[in-house]
Amino acid sequence: MELSGGRPWEPRPGRAYRVFQIVNVVILCGVVLVTLYPFANIVARSFSSETYIASGQVNLIPRGFNLTTYKAVLSDPTFWTNYRNTVVYTAVATFISMTLTTSYAYVLSKKHLRGRNFLIGIAVFTMFFSGGLIPNYVLINTLGMRNTMWALVVPNAISAFNLLVMKAFFESLPPELEEAAAVDGVDTYRILLRIVLPLSKAVVATMTLFYAVSFWNSWFSAFLYMDRPNLFPVTLYLRNLIAGATSGSETGAAMGYLPQINANIQSVTIILTILPIVLVYPFIQRYFISGVRLGAVKG
Amino acid sequence: MSAPTTLVRPPVAPEGQLPAPPEAVVPRRPPGRAWRRALRRDWQLYSLAVLPLLFFLIFRYLPMVGNVIAFRQYEPGGSIFGEQWVGLQYVQLFLHDPTFWHVFSNTLILGAATLVFTFPLPIILALLLNEVRASAFKRFVQSVSYLPHFLSIVVVAAIVMQFVAVDGSLNQILKAIGVQPIPFLQEPQWFRPIYVASEAWQNVGWGTILYLAALTTIDPSLYEAAAIDGANRWQQTWHVTLPGLLPTMITLLILNIGTFMNVGFEKILLLYNPLTYSTADVITTYLYRLGVVSNDFSYAAAIGLFEGLIGLLLVGSANLIARRTVGTSLW
Repeated sequence: MELSGGRPWEPRPGRAYRVFQIVNVVILCGVVLVTLYPFANIVARSFSSETYIASGQVNLIPRGFNLTTYKAVLSDPTFWTNYRNTVVYTAVATFISMTLTTSYAYVLSKKHLRGRNFLIGIAVFTMFFSGGLIPNYVLINTLGMRNTMWALVVPNAISAFNLLVMKAFFESLPPELEEAAAVDGVDTYRILLRIVLPLSKAVVATMTLFYAVSFWNSWFSAFLYMDRPNLFPVTLYLRNLIAGATSGSETGAAMGYLPQINANIQSVTIILTILPIVLVYPFIQRYFISGVRLGAVKG
Repeated sequence: MSAPTTLVRPPVAPEGQLPAPPEAVVPRRPPGRAWRRALRRDWQLYSLAVLPLLFFLIFRYLPMVGNVIAFRQYEPGGSIFGEQWVGLQYVQLFLHDPTFWHVFSNTLILGAATLVFTFPLPIILALLLNEVRASAFKRFVQSVSYLPHFLSIVVVAAIVMQFVAVDGSLNQILKAIGVQPIPFLQEPQWFRPIYVASEAWQNVGWGTILYLAALTTIDPSLYEAAAIDGANRWQQTWHVTLPGLLPTMITLLILNIGTFMNVGFEKILLLYNPLTYSTADVITTYLYRLGVVSNDFSYAAAIGLFEGLIGLLLVGSANLIARRTVGTSLW
């Protein structure tokens, strides 16, 4: 996965260009600092005592180091319930999304298929026009999906972008193997499962990650369709913290435990929410990049 | 895995144009019979499309049709298509609603500000990265700059709130230079800068990926030719690199314009409050409050439909203009 553009034609760098190179490195270090600073700040806050935070004395180094807030959040049963919900929702939603996306992408990749352009058009049009918030809201409620996991999972099952990326990938596979299998009388489902998917591990991994991250991060569907705190994903737990909505008692074990540690609790919850993503990020980022570049094939 | 780096329309003439696929010679026969033949041959493929098609019909196209409640009286709990026709009553209502026009202009301002500031930044960053010789350093910068893209909007909003809080880092800096603490999120004039800056923070790094990919497709002989003509690095960037990136820029610009009206509604919902409505309230947040909070579904749907149609119009015209002027377009 090498993204280096690099100019193979190297003129002898002049003085001005050498100066530029140094300036460039300084600028890019600045970009890194600006990107990472807010994270470092949140980490520092999460370990600091509220007195130092409230008086504006915490930036990169924790002041009044303590783990009390971590203990408080981690001992809040609602936090754990919500965290488990996120894991379950993400797993179920990703599985359903991958099943639907893979089958439809495979169908769309078959150039000989009658009505193919129509089937593609159905998906592509949704990229540019959507029913909008209100009709969706009315529909989901009418379908009785309120306060169920399905309100989060099903309405977002297929992303048209991911679909087109997979379709482009399937189109790039050599057709010979599939044709040979078809001649041997293997049916389409087995061809897809036994021949095409094993050849497509990379794109399957990428798409799975795309979906998993988007479901892990989503909060708005839950915010719209869930009323019971024990159904919330952890993103909604965090949202209610930052909106101050948990100052009541319903999810407030942590709040009751230590009053007035709001900034601190927020920092700890932020850390705990992003921890899985940050931990796996170094290993998965190349899949994301390749996914986006695959997507560029289709624009 | 090595992804093919074929980009949206290679910027330089590709060697070895693929021959156009031969036109399928379809003997004339009644379409009914052709369909029956196709179904008999490919029924297994079609069967795979059934569930996805149901998904699109129910969760994408049904809501589009559901927009008829913009012209019909909707009763909560009643039919999703409303109870009776009321014509353009709701359309007229919002056309005469001063709050609507206020959030309409807020949407345009915030969308334009976001576009103006966050569109060029990935291009600049990609060009800077392209000049880095040490590839380990380059990869490190890339990895770090992509990271915020993977965070939930809730997390980004929470980080922004901590950063601009009265006890947060920004106010600490201001304090150090002798400025009184500013409650940024309570002051309308600060909402737009905060919003745009957070968008830039989250997405600039990620936005470089397509440009970096496009950079690898630029024909090296063009640089060679430019250098022979005496062009220095800067002139090479201006006359070779940027034109090479143009198709990617146009494509992304069209896509951005298409989502222009849909400015990061979820993030605004998290960051705004009644004190900052005067600058922060946009069409979608307004119709969210009308519909979901106040149960005024038909009115909210009318506004939402208007917004969606403008979005479609914008992306359509951007596409048309791009095709007429630079010959690059989405379709």
